[in-house]
Amino acid sequence: MAQKRVIVVGGGLAGLAAAMKLAEDNVAVDLFSLVPVKRSHSVCAQGGINACNEVARQQGYSEWEHFYETLKGGDFLANQPPVLDMARMAPNVIDLLDRMGVPFNRTSEGYRALRLFGGSLFKRTHYAGATTGQQLLYALDEQCRRWEVEGRITKYEFWDFLWPVLDDSGRCVGIVAQDLRTMQIRSFRADAVVMATGGNGLIFGQSTMSVICTGSASARCYAAGAWLGNPEFVQVHPTAIPGEDKCRLMSESARGEGGRIWVPKKKGDSRQPNSIPEEERDYFLERLYPKYKNIVPRDIATREIFYICEQGFGVGNGQMVYLDLTEKSTGIKYEELKKKLGGILEIYEKFVGVDPLLEPMRIYPAVHYSMGGLWVGFEKDSKPFEADGKGGVGGGMKHGSPKNQMTNVPGLYAAGEADYQYHGANRLGANSLLSCIFTGLFMGPSVKNYIESQKGAAAELPSGIFDARVRDEQGKLQKLLKANGDQNPYVLQRELGKTMSDNVTIIRVNSRMKKTLALIEDLKQRFQTKLGMPDGSTWSNQTVGFARAVWDMMLLSEAITKGAIAREESRGAHFKIPDDKAERIDIPLDARALPRDDHNWLKSTIASYKNGTCELSYEPVDIALAEPVKRDYGKTTGAAAAAAATKPVEEPVAAK
Amino acid sequence: MTAATSGNKAPIVLRIKRQDTPTGEAYWETFSIPYKPNMNITSVLQAIAGNPVTTEGKKTAPLNYDAACLEEVCGSCTMVINGRARQACSALIDHIRAEVGDGPIVIEPMSKFPVVRDLMVDRTRMFENLKRIKGWIPVDGYYNQGHGPKIDPEQQEEMYAMSRCMTCGCCLEACPQFTKDNHFVGAQVISQVKYFNMHPTGDVHADERLEAVMGEGGITDCGNAQNCVKVCPKEIPLVDSIGWVGRKATVYSIKEFFTK
Repeated sequence: MAQKRVIVVGGGLAGLAAAMKLAEDNVAVDLFSLVPVKRSHSVCAQGGINACNEVARQQGYSEWEHFYETLKGGDFLANQPPVLDMARMAPNVIDLLDRMGVPFNRTSEGYRALRLFGGSLFKRTHYAGATTGQQLLYALDEQCRRWEVEGRITKYEFWDFLWPVLDDSGRCVGIVAQDLRTMQIRSFRADAVVMATGGNGLIFGQSTMSVICTGSASARCYAAGAWLGNPEFVQVHPTAIPGEDKCRLMSESARGEGGRIWVPKKKGDSRQPNSIPEEERDYFLERLYPKYKNIVPRDIATREIFYICEQGFGVGNGQMVYLDLTEKSTGIKYEELKKKLGGILEIYEKFVGVDPLLEPMRIYPAVHYSMGGLWVGFEKDSKPFEADGKGGVGGGMKHGSPKNQMTNVPGLYAAGEADYQYHGANRLGANSLLSCIFTGLFMGPSVKNYIESQKGAAAELPSGIFDARVRDEQGKLQKLLKANGDQNPYVLQRELGKTMSDNVTIIRVNSRMKKTLALIEDLKQRFQTKLGMPDGSTWSNQTVGFARAVWDMMLLSEAITKGAIAREESRGAHFKIPDDKAERIDIPLDARALPRDDHNWLKSTIASYKNGTCELSYEPVDIALAEPVKRDYGKTTGAAAAAAATKPVEEPVAAK
Repeated sequence: MTAATSGNKAPIVLRIKRQDTPTGEAYWETFSIPYKPNMNITSVLQAIAGNPVTTEGKKTAPLNYDAACLEEVCGSCTMVINGRARQACSALIDHIRAEVGDGPIVIEPMSKFPVVRDLMVDRTRMFENLKRIKGWIPVDGYYNQGHGPKIDPEQQEEMYAMSRCMTCGCCLEACPQFTKDNHFVGAQVISQVKYFNMHPTGDVHADERLEAVMGEGGITDCGNAQNCVKVCPKEIPLVDSIGWVGRKATVYSIKEFFTK
């Protein structure tokens, strides 16, 4: 029988982790990426990677706490067994990265250093300066290069995934892809395909994501029949540097290391921030959340920043607050912060021209992460959960089950930010690097067991189904190249980005989102009938590749918006305000919004593409391990703040 | 609030060197884009893409160029801007104007790599060189085997500086010894030899790495111009790396001479 192969699409942390694990297990891998894998978006992650560690453990932390924090951070929308396995395996992931040479910061004795991150009161975040994602990506890139030299991994860089090839029974048996230089379109056979293609920030115009993060690969799988899970959950990161071309992330580690967010108490105070005395500053996160202070989860910090600006307290009356790392405000020495946060401070200095250790940064929230993504399943461990003071045994996923990380399309898998499984309604900081590497490694045996369970090899299938898909894609390309209307694809994307960013991010109001949905419909029409292709070249034509992705972004936008309109509650990053309260800035945001509604809405959204449109259905969330509780981080108002500050830390509920 | 700005809000004029195919003739086009505060070269290229018309009113194709993170950490958007290899994303218009005045900004593809199209070049050679030096830590496998070696903070800091190399190619573009046609490995890969050889597990392949940067096109071809360290956007101490690897290579070759 011909050799069985696996295709991995996407060369960020999840794709590389899957590829190297499969290669180690003797599976031949073809790795596809839009860019040299070393330039994938994982490179942008700054702050760190979470895992229980021995220091935190001795202070009362455990894998169970990490699991519980992740659930609570995600407002209990995530299926619990996969999250439990992620938290359990996290310490092993860190050890492996350590062995692979990641230059984690060290304590003076030479152990791995730890920092504080959002949603936790324990130091459980490992880091390499403020470029942790870059360091992790490089370590995995290096391992894959090793397998490339040994012939187990074949790389296809500068290739665009166009479509999954399904056989007559609906199994995924390969892909169609395009060489972005020669523009050749061809098919590749595989016994399983792993989509590790990241998030979709470009849908919102300027986001913190790389410009390659269009979500197009996921959208194409969706259009071919794969489901999307929880598409409406989009993380808006509280601290980014607004920009014309993109918003640059200012890592949560800036706050974890002592950075403080504030606005002047006086509206429109035009003084230089350094000359505004302490007593005239409102450190509003500290005032409202005396326990977690500046490290409340991202969705919460984002909304508080939005609301303080909505009330007119933003810097210069605009949409901007201060993130202060100066010694005067934090009490931490210049040199110490320089060492810990060098990489991100450099970004601010380079792009704004100011040393953020000498002058407070001006920041505002920006779209950052897609919690939603391709729906993937899992098989539960038949052994029930048993607590052991650490992560417990049983109750997680059945290791090696072919169902783990598989989409509803047999043989089509998803991992990393491209899947929907681990972060529920909101992702905690420093959990994304973990979920990417965890899913990539964990799925290795699952994918291998799947391909071994299938009779025959994809290499032996008749060529008809592959050729037909190639012809489809060639037809679409020709149509795009010949488009001679007046609508520029880049301009269409900007229009889409603006409406999505204005209406489907921090606060969501149905009447506004319905207008957005209508505009998306209009954009789709214009794309199909009036698109103009400003470049007709058949060599290395980036514009045509971008235009193709614009269509995909519209499909995903529709799923995101429809999911958000339908979900009549607030949960994590999804914050719904009824139409009649949209403009009532006299009422605090929390009081304006619909509450979380577990009775009706503790369920995962499934979006499927049928007859050219998005259809929604729902499935229950697996909450077998921990009862959802009210998600509050000790918010207080005014005078109650001082009293609340002395209350003991809320203990996570014990396992059932 | 930015440091050095010219204060000029006149339209931004870009002269861009274009090339349609790897073997095609290069030609120049000029574009004029309205100024906005805090613009960088990337946002100007994006503006052109939305309305690709030259200053002569000629409709043309949007510029082709590599881009991904736009935070100067992926290395993609390296190009030659006013004669200097750098990333388009971190090239701020206000700063450029303050440095060189308000005249047209000249943009070219890097000259040391084959052009793919317009500002896109083929940097495969850099990645192939990483294979040549076995640029990885040879771990036994990916099963759980406990933590890695304990590393003191000074060593971590030294390694971290080198591990930030984003394979952008600035050092090679600036190097007089590195050309399209020769085999000189250049500062990028020499620095990676030091990085991996410093690691306790990476040390297993230390001799093979040294051999890979010895002989033709190896470290002795370095002319010590020290341009590399001046242009490195990540301020990697490349000259120190070259010195370190040079000394190790010398010791290694003496050892080899006496043991063979």
